Amino acid sequence: MKPARVDYMRPRSLEAALQLLTTHGPDAAILGGGQSLIPMLNLRVAAPSILVDINAIAGMNEIVNGVSGLQIGAVARHNDVLRSPLVADCAPLLAQALKHVAHEAIRNRGTLGGSLALADPAAELPACMVCLEANIVIVSSRGERVVEASDFFQGIYETALEPDELILRVEIPASNREWRCHFDERARRHGDFAMAGLALMMKLEGGAIVGCKIVYAGLEAFPRRLVNIEDALLGIKLGDDERIDAVIECLGASLDILDGGEYPVQYRLRLAGHLLRNGIGAVGRSVMT
Amino acid sequence: MVVARSRAIAEDALELIEVEWSELPAILSMEAALAPDAAKVHSGASTNLCYEFNHVQGLVNRAFEAAAFKVTKRLRFNRKTGVPLEPRSILASFEPGSGSLVAYMSHQMPHQMQLILSDLLDIPLGDVRVVCPDVGGGFGIKMHVYPEEMAVCAASKILGRPVKYIADRVESMLSDVHAREHVVEASMAIDADGLITAMKVDDIQGLGAFSIYPRSSTAEGMSALRAMGAAYNFEKIEVRLRSALQNKVPVGQYRSVGHPIAVAVTEDLVEEAAFVRNESSLDFRRRNFVRSDAMPWTSPMGVPMMDLSHHACLERLLDLCDYKNVVAQVAAWREAGRVVGFGVASFVEFTATGPEGYGRGGVAVSSIDSVVITIDPKGNADTQCSAAEIGQGIQQGLAQIIADAIGLPIADVRVSMGDTGSAPHGGGAWSSRGAAITGEVAWQAGLKMRSELVRAAAAMLQSQPEQLTIVEGVIIDRSLGQTQIRVSDLARMVYFTPYDLPDGLDVQLTVSHVGGRGGGTFLPTNGIQASLVEIDVASGQVHPLKHWVVEDCGRIINPLLVDEQIRGGVVQGIGEALYEQCKYNEDGQFASGTLADYLLPMAANMPDIIVSHIETPFSGSTLGAKGAGEAGTCAAPAAVLNAVNDALRSFGGRIDELPITPFAVLRAMGEFDEDPSE
Repeated sequence: MKPARVDYMRPRSLEAALQLLTTHGPDAAILGGGQSLIPMLNLRVAAPSILVDINAIAGMNEIVNGVSGLQIGAVARHNDVLRSPLVADCAPLLAQALKHVAHEAIRNRGTLGGSLALADPAAELPACMVCLEANIVIVSSRGERVVEASDFFQGIYETALEPDELILRVEIPASNREWRCHFDERARRHGDFAMAGLALMMKLEGGAIVGCKIVYAGLEAFPRRLVNIEDALLGIKLGDDERIDAVIECLGASLDILDGGEYPVQYRLRLAGHLLRNGIGAVGRSVMT
Repeated sequence: MVVARSRAIAEDALELIEVEWSELPAILSMEAALAPDAAKVHSGASTNLCYEFNHVQGLVNRAFEAAAFKVTKRLRFNRKTGVPLEPRSILASFEPGSGSLVAYMSHQMPHQMQLILSDLLDIPLGDVRVVCPDVGGGFGIKMHVYPEEMAVCAASKILGRPVKYIADRVESMLSDVHAREHVVEASMAIDADGLITAMKVDDIQGLGAFSIYPRSSTAEGMSALRAMGAAYNFEKIEVRLRSALQNKVPVGQYRSVGHPIAVAVTEDLVEEAAFVRNESSLDFRRRNFVRSDAMPWTSPMGVPMMDLSHHACLERLLDLCDYKNVVAQVAAWREAGRVVGFGVASFVEFTATGPEGYGRGGVAVSSIDSVVITIDPKGNADTQCSAAEIGQGIQQGLAQIIADAIGLPIADVRVSMGDTGSAPHGGGAWSSRGAAITGEVAWQAGLKMRSELVRAAAAMLQSQPEQLTIVEGVIIDRSLGQTQIRVSDLARMVYFTPYDLPDGLDVQLTVSHVGGRGGGTFLPTNGIQASLVEIDVASGQVHPLKHWVVEDCGRIINPLLVDEQIRGGVVQGIGEALYEQCKYNEDGQFASGTLADYLLPMAANMPDIIVSHIETPFSGSTLGAKGAGEAGTCAAPAAVLNAVNDALRSFGGRIDELPITPFAVLRAMGEFDEDPSE
């Protein structure tokens, strides 16, 4: 488990990093926290010709409140996001989800941008970004562009990123403050990739669901909102288990669960139902307290 | 094999090697391998049946015909492996000038390896030195001879320079021996009084592609059979073992070899027998345990049983877990909708294996140990012994024994082991033998040293040996209670001013003792474990809430070491019950090459493990110690299995395969009428 020979560059400016990506294109790999890339190099399943280490670029790990909402730099470590008061205020969903992400040592190194760029179908943060309707700010030598999270994730390990592009930061709309959120998952052991995970946000009025965003992790090829299910839940009162269960019954028709894994589709569909039922209940209880 | 200046270069070179494969059918399932028309693992062989063993004791069929109750279960166990933190490692250095080889190895048996390297590489025994320093975990994985290690020694001999190999985790998972792949159908006959009268066991063991050298892969199956029903008093048994060749990694001895299979099968049958009799399984056990006063006793498998304490362990367990309270708690939780279960498993673990099996099998592994003690000029006991330190802490245990035997402060005892260049020949670390065998030898060696020191002191002091004793490094007069001379002063005198001693005293400041189990086969130990589990209804995941162990390893030398051995063993047993599995895909590709695919039990998922002991000293030794290192692993899977099946009983389903998967649990709870995986 030693990587093949690879060049290594540690640019001190964004411009220099982007120049390297322009020059090397798909032969370059961006090194953030290295929590997925380094094992892939060691196992020789990835063999880039050059590593572009972006850790020395100033400012890429900042977490700040901007005009359009919360901005989190791509190199922000999982544990910094997990412990950020700004995140707790504007996007507590992220903090809830990050408790399920791997283990302390991995969270100390792993980065938000790295998780999004890898787009593992079982990862928590991509699902959260879609649920939070985040914007992913992408940069290359050609300039900056903004991609909505719902357009960013396109398949298993597939994103809207071009080979010369880098995630600069994510922007999470301030309007998320008005939503109640819940994240939960089931993994074989704490910190493992989820067999199924759920990012859930709801707005409630008079005990009824008036807004709902549902995104699963670990079930489909990439995270997306289940608009049909969300719409079907609108107007239902918390505690009306019969109607909630009727909606949950429809999950099977709405989800395109990846086949061929260790856990059969039917098993994971059942997990999805439980996560949603429990999630709605948990949000309801958070209102009462 | 590629030998290079660095591992990275070697891996680069490896990528340049192209292998042309002719694909043959993959023979994976044990049952399919034994079918008459199965493809053969070894071309030219007429069968995949590597080994068959049958044993009948008593009129078993008649007992089953006469039985008031018969219970039958079929349990499936999947492969797992030991996963020591430190992988297998070797640095071999052949000196062309002297023709000698030094091999630093992460191995449990330095002397076994010295003999084998000498034989296979044609180097005189005295020119082979094997050094196994503190080994970072063995669990039986490092008892065997692996091709990589032989190849490294051969490469060093060919190249005339040192060659090193440290397995990485992927290589470890691919090449360390596996264990525990069995499918067992077993039945128990119970008479109208609720007494077990007979057992029938049909065990198919997955052996891998080759039998492991030199100790043989069939040992696991034999060990499983030997331990079947071993806690219970019955006389008739019929067992059959078939070891099937497969295109898989060879199976080898791994912590608690075979016993967890036997205990899971037996204790599952015991639970079922109590259930069909509509009685408490605790009462069923009490009635059927071999009583302490009925021993020595020979099991229907022909194994001598002595000094066991089944009833005492059970009663202690019930105290330890506050059984009435547990029962009430389980009932209350169930009332509140939680799915919880409590399970118990008694066990017999055979430890400190004697020479019988390997000796008659022509396998050159020692069950004997040697201890050599030298009192140095400062009065310290410098000890060399043939045990091996693999993290179990035997070095500390032996130091305590020797300190007590001679009468020295423990700080004055140094115990060295693992280097065949200085340690005397003997067994190393296997079969939980350190305290029982090496410990007894060390005790005898220490007593010899004490009596020699006392003899010398008595002559010098014009006293009588029986007048003197040694306490904390000081020779004192028993009746006067006075210090006569320090051991260190006596030693200085012997070495530097012997003319001050009486003529002809001839003091021996180096003594040795060699010993073993004599003609004894196995040293049985016993105990009982209990597990409290909760099932997550959403996912079917099993969460162990608490685990209890009462265990009888005879005289306990170091309680802390024993307790933590038990706890570590229980964790490995819980891993066996819930997480760990070496998987292969349909083509026979290994699918558990990393620790992301092979799930180890993690601290955060482990329950509190409460440990207590009954101490029934082994009557066949002075020290009375027995093996403790494997007891935790022995019954933890069975306790968890019984707890899960207790939780599932009201759902009408049960689990009959380890590890217990969340999906299987949900199915046992009545979900998924049709198996969607098929």
